[in-house]
Amino acid sequence: MVGKDINLKRRSVVKQIVDNRKEAKIITGLGSPTYDVFDAGDNDSNFYLWGAMGGAAMVGLGLAMANPNLPVIVITGDGEQLMGVGSLATIGVQKPNNLSIIVLDNGYYGETGMQKSHTSFGVDLHKIAKASNFKHSFSVKSDNDLNNLIDYLPPIDGPIFANIKVEPQLPPRSLPILDGVELKNRFRKNLNLKAL
Amino acid sequence: MITDNNWEKNLFDIIKKHKINFLPYVPDAGHAKLISLSEEDQSIKPIVLSTEEEGVAFSGGCWLGGKKSVLLMQSSGVGNCINMLSLLSNCNFPFVTLITMRGEFGEFNSWQVPMGKATQGCLENMGVVVHKATNPIDVISFTDAALYSAFSSDQQIAVLLSQRLLGRKEW
Repeated sequence: MVGKDINLKRRSVVKQIVDNRKEAKIITGLGSPTYDVFDAGDNDSNFYLWGAMGGAAMVGLGLAMANPNLPVIVITGDGEQLMGVGSLATIGVQKPNNLSIIVLDNGYYGETGMQKSHTSFGVDLHKIAKASNFKHSFSVKSDNDLNNLIDYLPPIDGPIFANIKVEPQLPPRSLPILDGVELKNRFRKNLNLKAL
Repeated sequence: MITDNNWEKNLFDIIKKHKINFLPYVPDAGHAKLISLSEEDQSIKPIVLSTEEEGVAFSGGCWLGGKKSVLLMQSSGVGNCINMLSLLSNCNFPFVTLITMRGEFGEFNSWQVPMGKATQGCLENMGVVVHKATNPIDVISFTDAALYSAFSSDQQIAVLLSQRLLGRKEW
């Protein structure tokens, strides 16, 4: 059963990833991953999704392919990635070496009242990513596994996928700005692109 | 000169003129020439998608990184994109899609008809401007205008390519 023997806590996991981001851009999937990344420290190089469920990995792919020298980390949840599960196949075709997709897998739809997701019933996103030809796919269940993953970040030898089993807890919400235009403009400005 | 038999090549040239970097697509017979031309061209990369809404999210990410893409799909794919289009309107992402129509003119397959009828309404309800092209000259001028407007004034624009352009699919 998911949750049993899982000791990793989402906020601590995300904080460790964000602290090791170096120059990486971070895209977040809606719901808790957006709050987790914001809680670890806001940054103009973060682009938070508040909706567009299933789209986080593809926003990451677009950004990674637009800038092959820029490392991109997508941090999302199991439910969000399941809705865009085909995007793992699409990424597996393009194989950008500067992209990593990190799923915080608590086995539940946290935002809607903790209904079980497919991963609570044994569906394994790590195996789907592996079968989709990601260069590296990790199943992370311990601090050791997490440290091993962090050695691969920011991604330069990807695409990298990591399914991180985290405790099904709901930390206090930590909310970034909602304004999509502002999020877009600050992100582009940070890349010295014209803020249209 | 634009003639009936070279509009697909002219369309590709317009896309190149606007320095489009990526063509994410779910294939359609009407886009086949564009896809094969991009496969042979170093400056435009085709990206095969598993479902059309991936291309909407891809376009947003691409623009975040300062590059341009055009999504190619058929009208049935518009239904798959509806909620993902909210990403574009929330963030004012520039977006252009070229949509080959089914279920609209000379259709043999009744299963294509409901989404063909709903295509324009779905797009407009989600804030996408729609231009309908029924002849080769309009395809080129509408696409040229769409690419200019979208990327200079942050609009979301669809150019619908009528079945009249492609001729009846004979079975």
